[in-house]
Amino acid sequence: MTANPSPQRAILSVENLSITFGDLKALRNVSLTIARGEKVALLGHNGAGKSTLFKSILGFITPAGGSISVAGGAPGSTQARLAVSYLPEAVAFPRMLTGAEVITYFARLKSVDPIEALPLLERVGLDAARNRRVGDYSKGMRQRLGLAQALIGSPDLLLLDEPTSGLDPVSRREFYEIIDRAAASGTAILFSSHALSEVEGHMDRIAILSRGRLVAEGDLKALAEAASLPVSIRLIAHEGEADALHARYGGQRVNGRSVVLSCEARDKLALLGRIAADQAGVDDIDITLPGLDDIYRFYSMASETGDTP
Amino acid sequence: MTIIANIAAVAGTEFRISLRNWWVVLATAIFTLFALALTFSGTGGAETKAGQLSLAAANIATLSVYLIPLIALLISYDSFAGEVERGTLALVLATPVSRAALLAGKLLGLIVILAIAMVSGLVISSLAAGLAYGFDPDGLVAIARLAVTGLLLGSVFIAIGMLVSMASPRTGAAAALAVGVWLLAVVLYDLALLAGILSDSGGFFTRTLFPYLVIANPGDAFRIFNLALLSDKAPVSGLDGIASTLPFDTSYAIAALVFWLAAILAASYARIRRLAP
Repeated sequence: MTANPSPQRAILSVENLSITFGDLKALRNVSLTIARGEKVALLGHNGAGKSTLFKSILGFITPAGGSISVAGGAPGSTQARLAVSYLPEAVAFPRMLTGAEVITYFARLKSVDPIEALPLLERVGLDAARNRRVGDYSKGMRQRLGLAQALIGSPDLLLLDEPTSGLDPVSRREFYEIIDRAAASGTAILFSSHALSEVEGHMDRIAILSRGRLVAEGDLKALAEAASLPVSIRLIAHEGEADALHARYGGQRVNGRSVVLSCEARDKLALLGRIAADQAGVDDIDITLPGLDDIYRFYSMASETGDTP
Repeated sequence: MTIIANIAAVAGTEFRISLRNWWVVLATAIFTLFALALTFSGTGGAETKAGQLSLAAANIATLSVYLIPLIALLISYDSFAGEVERGTLALVLATPVSRAALLAGKLLGLIVILAIAMVSGLVISSLAAGLAYGFDPDGLVAIARLAVTGLLLGSVFIAIGMLVSMASPRTGAAAALAVGVWLLAVVLYDLALLAGILSDSGGFFTRTLFPYLVIANPGDAFRIFNLALLSDKAPVSGLDGIASTLPFDTSYAIAALVFWLAAILAASYARIRRLAP
């Protein structure tokens, strides 16, 4: 696992947080620290506790145990609210207001000059729709407006609760570009999703929640290594050479011309070295590293069988 | 200064949404028709030219007790429950705006809506009566007094509506609760007082307790205050007969309204601090 950011740089610090709703333990001993400019994906099934964690960071829910510090303040304190921006899952705005009026309203609530905030509509691609009422917006447009609202005043911490649900693939890419830019200017981002493969490559760290527990945290590589999931190497043979390759390296024969080998990450280079030195019969090589879906499945399954890694 | 700017932003948005939802137009139309109807129907035709506006003021004061709380509750019951239900409140509460500013902004926006409805209605009906029967200065004063105290009464019920809205998990429940409050405060309370008088036959309840119980109710306090100052100019009957025999100064009625407003706003502030979207 990667080292957590030092407390000085941390904008969000959650320590041993527990939340209960009656008998239900929604979060149990969750600890998570995020530094300025860092992008962290929070993954989990529906009901894993992602939204509960967001709401406790916002101060909407009082913890049963543990503590949260946002920009050095308690959740919900003025200090914390000045630092945080929030985009809830399925964001909603007053239907009768136009996009520009919504941004003006939230700019005023955040004590930001609306003239500085309104160009955000352009940044999220809503400039043409700025004078249309939100009631006429599509779900994707509302989500974009939600992001523009969240970016008002360049917050220190952006809480994005499943922000890309309802966005088409092109909009998603634009969404990530905007988030990347915000992170580059120092905004810390906590981003929840269950579209696992989607956040791959966009986030610095990944935290996996399962049944209210944080079962894994770290960058993708470290998580993959800790899970020691196999790397898959596919050898495409010259015609008629597949059997010989299979005999030499083992693995699995597929598709007539291919052999699929599976090896541990630390053995990968040695094996590739052997193949490269040998070369006989090999036409091409494909390497598939374990994806987020595989890693996610590994950690959430492990936690469900009670074997927390 | 931030808090004032925040209150203005919330009030402006509340008002703008009500304007686009047609609430402002609807409330204004209802109140104008109501004031016109009472100005011209209850005044008995051409033989009572003098004090026409005073008479109209007495009529309006009597029946405003039903209408003003109704309009006030209608425009306010949705103010928080609706936002929680539609999911718009979480975003607002996540911003640095203080909850006191949010409460004050919404209250102010809703009071402006009611003020537009009442002032339009009263100005239009008074102008019409003045043009038809001539302007009577006492009557104009009575109408102005009615507007100011009516707004105070309306503010009390807007505050009640907002408190009801915060206490209800759903808009539907808030609407039902608001109707219940209206029935209890405006209709059933007076019926209960009348029943008390009838069964008491001039005893302790009627002579001592009754006047205080009357002004303890915001609607009755408003009516008694306006009618007491009109009692030499317009005939009053029924419960309102008490207006001319109050054992205390009529300003107590205004104090009662101010007390209610302050108490309900204090309760609302306590509630909004614990409000979770």
